[in-house]
Amino acid sequence: MRLVASGVVGVARFLYFFVVGDDWTVALAILLALAVTGVLVGEHISAWWLVPFVAILMTGVSLGRSARKRGL
Amino acid sequence: MTGAGVVLLTTFLASSVEAIEMVIIVLGVGAARGWRSALIGAAAGFAVLAVTIAVLNVALAAVPIGPLRVVVGALLLLFGLQWYRKGIARVAARGLAGMSEETVEDEDIPASGMDWVAFVLSFKGVLLEGLEIALIVVSFGLAAGQLGLSVVGAAAAVVVIGAAGFALKGFVTRIPRSLLQLIVGTLLTSFGTFWSLEGLGVSWPQSDLDIVLLLVVYGLTAATYIVLERRRIHHTALKAA
Repeated sequence: MRLVASGVVGVARFLYFFVVGDDWTVALAILLALAVTGVLVGEHISAWWLVPFVAILMTGVSLGRSARKRGL
Repeated sequence: MTGAGVVLLTTFLASSVEAIEMVIIVLGVGAARGWRSALIGAAAGFAVLAVTIAVLNVALAAVPIGPLRVVVGALLLLFGLQWYRKGIARVAARGLAGMSEETVEDEDIPASGMDWVAFVLSFKGVLLEGLEIALIVVSFGLAAGQLGLSVVGAAAAVVVIGAAGFALKGFVTRIPRSLLQLIVGTLLTSFGTFWSLEGLGVSWPQSDLDIVLLLVVYGLTAATYIVLERRRIHHTALKAA
């Protein structure tokens, strides 16, 4: 039982590391951008630019936050 | 050129595009995180692909590739952005750090045993691209009534591009570690963006060529952020002095 529990915890930890990593705000913003793009595509609105824009914006936000934490 | 020649050439070229994407992912992941886990992941991807093709055969045309693209693309994008960010920060802070810094920088890569991150990245890349090649084979082959030739064209593309990738292995391994992480992060982010949006139904104006456009945009953005990070580091050093 303990072996199964530790296996489940290990898989959950791996998935969290793989998907979310060290900044959950980036992952959340990307998932929201994908969801909004899906809705816009359903409405026949061209929205290919939204995810790259959010990815670039959130990378800058995350780098800035990380720099402030390091006292830069 | 005869009808058979056209089918052979078309499936070879169309499959080459997908095979290039497949090989780039395995090559990048292998060089950045270790070859053993990346190659085992690729082999597992081929094994699952072979079973899928054997079971479904021509019914492959009915596989819902859109949802698969969304899931695989989103996961590659989310993971790729982590490496993209870390690559930018490391290149800005240390410049082109060499392979000697591997043990210091890559604390998340296990020293022994399977590196599941490398395994999953290679596995997904091979499975998704392999399925796309299989779909090309089935659609071209059935439409032209030349399924056998279509299979030969696709198999030749995978062998040729795979051999080219293997030949580049030594060169890729010599790329400095921090720069390699940034390059692989940029590649995964670009492929992830392209696949996830394509799966959602976005139609790219130049089709697969737009991956190159994404690579250029993400590459220029990385260069800009590196300059900004270096300015921050420089200003802090001046204040401290």
